[in-house]
Amino acid sequence: MNYRLDFTPVIEGLPDLLLACLGTFGLALGGMALAIVIGVGGVILRDSRIAPLRWLVKGFVELVRNTPFLVQIFFIYFALPLAGVRLDPTPTAILALGINGGAYAIEIIRGGVQSIGKGQIEAGLALGLHRGQVFRLIVLKPALRAIFPSLTSQFVLLTLTTSVCSAISAYELTSVAQRIESESFRSFEVFGTITLFYLVISWVMMRFFSAISQRYFSYPVK
Amino acid sequence: MSDAAATGAAPADAMIVMSHVEKWYGDFQALTDINLAVRKGEKIVLCGPSGSGKSTLIRCINRLEDYQKGEIRVGGTRLGDDARTIDAVRREVGMVFQHFNLFPHMSVLRNCMLAPMRSLGASRAEAEATARALLERVRIHEQAEKYPAQLSGGQQQRVAIARALCMKPKVMLFDEPTSALDPEMVKEVLDTMIGLAEEGMTMICVTHEMGFARQVADRVIFMAGGAIVEEAPPQDFFSNPRHERTRKFLGEILHQP
Ligand SMILES: Nc1ncnc2c1ncn2[C@@H]1O[C@H](COP(=O)(O)OP(=O)(O)OP(=O)(O)O)[C@@H](O)[C@H]1O
Ligand SMILES: [Mg+2]
Repeated sequence: MNYRLDFTPVIEGLPDLLLACLGTFGLALGGMALAIVIGVGGVILRDSRIAPLRWLVKGFVELVRNTPFLVQIFFIYFALPLAGVRLDPTPTAILALGINGGAYAIEIIRGGVQSIGKGQIEAGLALGLHRGQVFRLIVLKPALRAIFPSLTSQFVLLTLTTSVCSAISAYELTSVAQRIESESFRSFEVFGTITLFYLVISWVMMRFFSAISQRYFSYPVK
Repeated sequence: MSDAAATGAAPADAMIVMSHVEKWYGDFQALTDINLAVRKGEKIVLCGPSGSGKSTLIRCINRLEDYQKGEIRVGGTRLGDDARTIDAVRREVGMVFQHFNLFPHMSVLRNCMLAPMRSLGASRAEAEATARALLERVRIHEQAEKYPAQLSGGQQQRVAIARALCMKPKVMLFDEPTSALDPEMVKEVLDTMIGLAEEGMTMICVTHEMGFARQVADRVIFMAGGAIVEEAPPQDFFSNPRHERTRKFLGEILHQP
């Protein structure tokens, strides 16, 4: 083993790498926003009175959770254009991350909704609120609070999954690192460095979620 | 059985009329031929052994439970299947639950403002003024900014009463409002209910607080096995119960320590 460490290419590429971290955050935040929308919307449809909607959501969750993310993103990027839907790498990545995260979010949020006592729903109905209002105003927040730790881990995972989007050359940390590595052959230095970057990114995401939790879910409970 | 209900003609000032109501849970019949007319301002205490259908009966009145036969009218509106009627009835009928069911993620004040704003379309200022006035009336206005978990059971139940009153209901339903409370908190809730009764609210209370029944009830109704077995003014009901099952029930609850 006489591999001599040489960080020069990493140092020269540092501005690119740091900028690429923003790309990673962008994909992650976009994906999470979409995942939340899909998650909450999916829960509503999943328990709707219209049976085909319930089946649709169940099928969607099964399909997404039992297939690889790489295949999902390839499908959107390479197969959908054949059906006339052509998206750039970044929108594709956000869409794929949102769909994938959304399927998991549906199951997680649904668990939270089911943990809310029937008494809460009945109190809302007895006050003349209709079902949609009861869900939005009474059930949703305590439900999200109940599952927020699980949702946080799922979203940290989603953040790390952005690296798979390098496979379609979306602009993010891993693809920029790959480019620097292929030009310099400094694999150890480049991937060692971005490993640390990912650690920091995960940590920032966890801080972000704990701040949200402090802000919105810190009401006292017994 | 009240004559009016039996003949199908409710008194002119009836707030609630249940005629020949029957309800099943699957094969199990939870309510059998319920006939009940409650006049405006009347106070009814509903009692009976566990599983006799007391909760089911009052929950039919605001349609938290549906029923399969007979008819329920609330303030002249026939309670059917369509959502508009159900919502309209629910806005006129307040309910207080055994376990309070306050919304944990809202302050006491917001608990009281939510439904008037969202269901009646009251402005924030109107809703807040009403809420503060009613919280004051249940003597809990100093806790308006607190969250439910920061209050005692008795305080929570008084907030729940205020929250229901914020809708300016014509009828109040109580489902064992004191049975989840520590003994020392029962009185503050009963006093609130007595105050409400004295102001002329139409009330149906499921409770085993017989002191309360003696003091405020116009009629005490005894249920067993999903049917109304006996109804009488409190003095007759307690001193002169006609049915064996009523006597047995009274013997059991009045001899509790
Ligand atoms: N959702 C339900 N499904 C099936 N059976 C039910 C349901 N709710 C109530 N029942 C049954 O209906 C009967 C009446 O119940 P209900 O809750 O009205 O009794 P209750 O008089 O209020 O009793 P308690 O004093 O224990 O509150 C009981 O035998 C109960 O087991
Ligand atoms: Mg009951």
